[in-house]
Amino acid sequence: MEQKQKINVSKTIKDFFGNVMNALLSVVINALDWIMDPIQRKIGMKRMAYVFLVPNMLIFGIFVLFPMLVNIYYSFTGGTNLFPQDRPFVGLDNFKVLFTCDNFLDPNTCTEDLFWRAVYNTIKFVIFQVVGIVLFSLITALILNRKIVARGFFRAVYFYPVLLSPVVVALIWKWILQRDGLLNAMIIGFGGERINFLLNSDWATFWVIFISIWANMGFFTLILLAGLQSIPPDLYEAGSMDGTNEWQSFLHITLPLLMPTMLVVLVLSLIRAVQVFDQVYVLTGGGPGSATLYLVQYIYNKGFSDQIHIFGLAAAASVVMAAVLMVFTLLQLYLSRKSDAV
Amino acid sequence: MDIKRFLTRTRNPRRFSVSDFLSYLYLIFGVFLMFGPVLWLVLSSLKTPAALVEFPPSLLPYGQDSVRVEGYDEPLPLFDVNLPDGSQARLAQVRRIGIESQLVDPVNPGEIIKVNINDRTPAKSLRLEWSNYTDSLKSFNFLKYLNNSVVVTVLATIITLIINSMAAFALSKYEFKGRNLVYVIIISTLLIPISVILVPVFLVITELNMNNNLWGVIIPGAATPTGVFLLRQYMLTIPDELIAAARIDGASEWRIYWQVMLPLAAPALAVLTIFSVMWRWNDFLWPLIVLSQNELFTLQVGLNSFQGELNVKWNYILAMTVMTLLPITLVFAFLQKYITTGISSTGMKG
Repeated sequence: MEQKQKINVSKTIKDFFGNVMNALLSVVINALDWIMDPIQRKIGMKRMAYVFLVPNMLIFGIFVLFPMLVNIYYSFTGGTNLFPQDRPFVGLDNFKVLFTCDNFLDPNTCTEDLFWRAVYNTIKFVIFQVVGIVLFSLITALILNRKIVARGFFRAVYFYPVLLSPVVVALIWKWILQRDGLLNAMIIGFGGERINFLLNSDWATFWVIFISIWANMGFFTLILLAGLQSIPPDLYEAGSMDGTNEWQSFLHITLPLLMPTMLVVLVLSLIRAVQVFDQVYVLTGGGPGSATLYLVQYIYNKGFSDQIHIFGLAAAASVVMAAVLMVFTLLQLYLSRKSDAV
Repeated sequence: MDIKRFLTRTRNPRRFSVSDFLSYLYLIFGVFLMFGPVLWLVLSSLKTPAALVEFPPSLLPYGQDSVRVEGYDEPLPLFDVNLPDGSQARLAQVRRIGIESQLVDPVNPGEIIKVNINDRTPAKSLRLEWSNYTDSLKSFNFLKYLNNSVVVTVLATIITLIINSMAAFALSKYEFKGRNLVYVIIISTLLIPISVILVPVFLVITELNMNNNLWGVIIPGAATPTGVFLLRQYMLTIPDELIAAARIDGASEWRIYWQVMLPLAAPALAVLTIFSVMWRWNDFLWPLIVLSQNELFTLQVGLNSFQGELNVKWNYILAMTVMTLLPITLVFAFLQKYITTGISSTGMKG
């Protein structure tokens, strides 16, 4: 009896809120009808398309397209003023500063040594992180594609870190890696010596790459799993009739058919690896020294965090980065068109 | 017939092979590696500050017991003591002077017993230090950050849904001049992140007086090309006849959008909602640039500023980190299927 009443109460509340929401919504719709109907009468049915486009394109234009063009202008101006009218035109000076090196392989000989450190760190990061991600997400996807008990649970486990914010991920690992943290306790427990993981440049680089793989591989596992599941099962049946073993069917059926998805994963992870920032910024702040300083953080430091805001250099560096990303994006579009055609 | 074999017989008899064993080993190792760090965070967040600096750390949150003793205002910490006569007792410490500890028996508090501090160990039991949570809710700007994050996430998601669906409707159901050009421009910026146009977007924000303003965080990312793309692809599959029928019934274009298109596109809208909430809740770099006043910080920026302080209070940071990951975890727990299928069918994540 009591329970019945409870249900009724909650239902009444739900109904009440539902009604209120509906009333509000219809008020909004009618109010917008008031504005939209005269417009439609004036410009005609077909041209209403432009009205629908306006809000999105306005914001898109002001906050994406316009900045993309202005960014190039910024890279040709100097000074520390934010407003373009106060910025002197300096031609290619910013790019000259970025690209003046006695020996491009040694950042110490460059005028803007931090930029080149960031470039080399980013290249190193991208190579190891992308290889790691492709490798581990492929292994995980292959295993999850087998006849596994509780597959949904395991898939969720590998995917969960993808949803965590980069700041949270960095703090979780900072807590584990700190001097008196869990990992050092385990190392000492096994008779090893305490390591200051985040104060040693090699270890810091390793952990930054490891954590980035940890946090992102679930996403790519999911894409690869979808690719694996789209391979028609009769191919494997035909293969087993012809007497292939597991390894052969992987090599001759799975791998070739998964290639398009693998390429998409490769390019997507490449594009995202180049933009690495949040996790590393919270975990190491680019340190120790500049061991984990990457391109986006270089841009952020130059434009927003350093004492003097050198917007020109920040913009020039981001133009360079945008050019690299553009190449990858074109590659991605080309590949996805190709895989659609298959 | 062997009953056991009859019962366990399957259509596709397979032995439990070595590769099965290795697969499960890998998966179980994965559970530890993926969930372990988060679990460790949660366990640590319930420890007392004293237990947090302990090395090696205990797995579960233990806290020192204390007891109220007659004649003392504050609760006294309990210790297990090796007495000089070889016996053991559980005593409450009154004070510590150098290497000498002065203790009393809680039952008989009159007599003070003095022992060397090495002869006593703290009496501990499993205790969850919820005050880490309640204190950080009370004494910091945490609630303010939470509020800001909720405001940004909710408003940005609503705006994104409305303007993206309007644009997708126009791009999928109308023939007009420049349609393809608009679509190509949107698509070509799909993978251009805000991190390559930081300086000029900051200029626009400053010119529009949205610097140090939550709107400066909300608006720039609202017109996501991802959302337009996703919704357009879905709306293309909705038959044009429905719209034609609505037009014959005399519905205005706006009504067709509201009452025909949006309800039919609900699945795609749901996917975009989940994405948008994830992007906005976890967003860091852009809020970090726009917001420089402490009371405007979002959770992510606030957490970062806490951990960057000179005197890091880990007990509060851990509790706040748990509270920050809680909403996303709950969303994931309930919508796991939709999120994973949404992502694997679109291949999209900001």
